[in-house]
This record gives sequence, structure tokens and C-alpha cells, in this order.
Amino acid sequence: MDFVNQLQRKFIDYSSSLHREGIVDDQFTQLRKLEDENSPHFVMEVASLFFEDCEKLINNMAIALEQKQGVDFKQIDECIHQLKGSSSSIGAMRVKNACIAFRSFSDGQNREGCLRCLQQLSHEYSLLKNKLQTLFRLEKQIVAAGGSIPRVH
Amino acid sequence: MARNGGVAWMRTTEKIDGYDLSTSDTEEVHVLAVDDSLVDRKVIERLLRISSCKVTAVDSGRRALQYLGLDEEIQKKETNGFDGLKVDLIITDYCMPGMTGYELLKKVKESSAFREIPVVIMSSENVIARIDRCLEEGAEDFIVKPVKLSDVKRIIDYTTTELREGEQREGARARRRGINKRKQREGDDDLSSSPPSTLSSSASSSPSSSIQSATAPLSPSTLDSPTRRLKMTSSE
Repeated sequence: MDFVNQLQRKFIDYSSSLHREGIVDDQFTQLRKLEDENSPHFVMEVASLFFEDCEKLINNMAIALEQKQGVDFKQIDECIHQLKGSSSSIGAMRVKNACIAFRSFSDGQNREGCLRCLQQLSHEYSLLKNKLQTLFRLEKQIVAAGGSIPRVH
Repeated sequence: MARNGGVAWMRTTEKIDGYDLSTSDTEEVHVLAVDDSLVDRKVIERLLRISSCKVTAVDSGRRALQYLGLDEEIQKKETNGFDGLKVDLIITDYCMPGMTGYELLKKVKESSAFREIPVVIMSSENVIARIDRCLEEGAEDFIVKPVKLSDVKRIIDYTTTELREGEQREGARARRRGINKRKQREGDDDLSSSPPSTLSSSASSSPSSSIQSATAPLSPSTLDSPTRRLKMTSSE
């Protein structure tokens, strides 16, 4: 039982650090509140949908920015809009902010600026994914050890 | 205001061709959720289920109209005239490719069969002009994304209240109509030309309603909605 407590402690601490570092914001907490016995891994499920979404959009933007015959900034803008929306819905604050910054460069049709933003966005996404996967691993370990995931109140 | 959707108010006691619609008085609200984002659909679905609603989630305005049976290009064959669960509330994203939430709102409000269904718009953009436009077109409420549980609870609360009150009013009206029919000779009992009831006016906002009064003032918790809508997100 002590082992479970340790894991739970680790989970709480790690979760707090994500908030402190601004990786996730209050919306992430809001989603945690939607978890219960019937849906204990809801956040993990939404996050994996988000990861897929994010990777696809980042990839599309990278391709769009590479077009020699001219960059379709409208498409880039559309991708940013979608990514900003979903990152906001899941509480991925730094990814969301990276999208907001990106938007001004895409509005200005600035290819170089966009490339830099895309790099920044990719970086924030990688960071988020790594950290959330660490958190979710802890979650699974707790459940596997017969414990329950500490709920936020 | 009675229409063939008047059956909706009575559905707790009716049984229609193989669909057992009779339930206890705690009947679940059936929400049609429309959003092109998979992540957002998953979130809104969960928010609604936790709020004890039945949810049908679709990814476009077009599919929403198909579900309702309003798609002009797909003529639904009238089998028993009832194609699925009655929709009590539509909650839709504003920005969608193809048909926007605003266009969906208009189509719903233009339809005689479905105009009474409250429509709630969700948007990540907190633009007053957009909010006003939606409310003027008859939207019940406008939620700024990201959507929280408190937003959904508030909307379900007054939708449930309106449904209950609608049932009571419809029942009372039906009883009065029954009495009147006995008293007068009616040639064309065109109920659809009866004056708008207070129920319909609370379901669709009048153009003059300000943002503050756009939501049906039935529960104290609607007080936080103007703040929510006028909230300036700190990141923008």
C-alpha cells in the first residue's frame, strides 16, 4: 500500500509541476474533473487524440511552408486555428500560446517568421507530449498497483 | 405554440411505433453536438454525458441537418414519420468548414419542425458582433471556448426547466383547447397560426435582447453567463 501512496505522491507532485511550468492550465484541471470510475482515463484518451491532431497539423504546415511555388498562408492559418482550438480545449497552454504567436506571422505572410514559429510550436508540442506521457505512465502504474488516481478538488 | 413537434412535450407518456419513449419524469435531455474538431467533440460529449444527457455528436452542420432530417439533398423516406430520438438541444461550434454554426442555426430556425429547439453556439473567438448576430438569429446562448462543465450545466438546467414548463404549459393549453372546442364550432383548427406562446419567446431571443438577457432567466446560475461571454481571454 505504501508503494501505491508513493506513486500517488509522485503523480500529485508531477501534476503540480506541469501547472507551475505552464505546460497545462486550468482547462486541464477541468478535464480531470470529468474523470470517474466509469471513465478513469478520459484525459489520457483526449490527449492521445490531441497528439494525433497536432502531429498531423504540424506536418501539414511544414509541407505548406516548403512549397517553392508559393506558400498557402490561408492553409497555414486554418491549421493554426484548428490547433489553437484543440490545444485550448485540452489545456495545453504553451502550445496554445505558440499558436497565437504563430498567427501574427502567418497573417503577415512572413515565411521565415512562420518557419521559426513552427519550430517553436514543434518544440512545445514535444515537451507537452513527453511530460503528459510521463504523467499517464504514473497513472497506469497506480491503477495497475490497485490504487486510485488522486482526484483534484 | 403547437406544432407536430408538440408531441415532443408529451413524449414522456407516448409510445410511437416501436420506440418506447415512456420514461420517468427524469427523462434525459437529448443533445445534438456539432463540432468539426475531434478533440472538442470528445470533450463536449463527456461534458454532456456527465450532465446526464444523451448525446449524438456529428462533425459538420451538414450531418446535423441530415440527422434532423432537414438535408434537402437527402430526402428521408417517411417510414413512420419518426426517424430517431427527438433532439432537445443543439450545441454547435461556430467556425466549421462548409456550413458554419451560424448557417446551421439559421437553417434550424427557418424550419417549422425544428425552430423550437434551442441552439447554443460555441466559439473560441469572443467577438461581440458575432455573439449579437447569433442571438439575433435566435440562438439560445453563446459559450466562449474552452467549454467548461459549469457552462454545460447551466444550459442543461434551463433547457430542462423549459422542457418541464413547456410540458406543463402545453398540458394546460391542451386542456383549455379541449374546453374551447366543445364551446365553439371550429372549421379549420389551424393550431400553427396560434399566437406565439411565452415558451417560444423564451426559446428564441428577440433582436432587442441584450447579451445580458439572452439566456432564459429561469435560474440564478445564468447570471454568470454575461461575464463568461464578455470575458476577455488573457492570452489574446
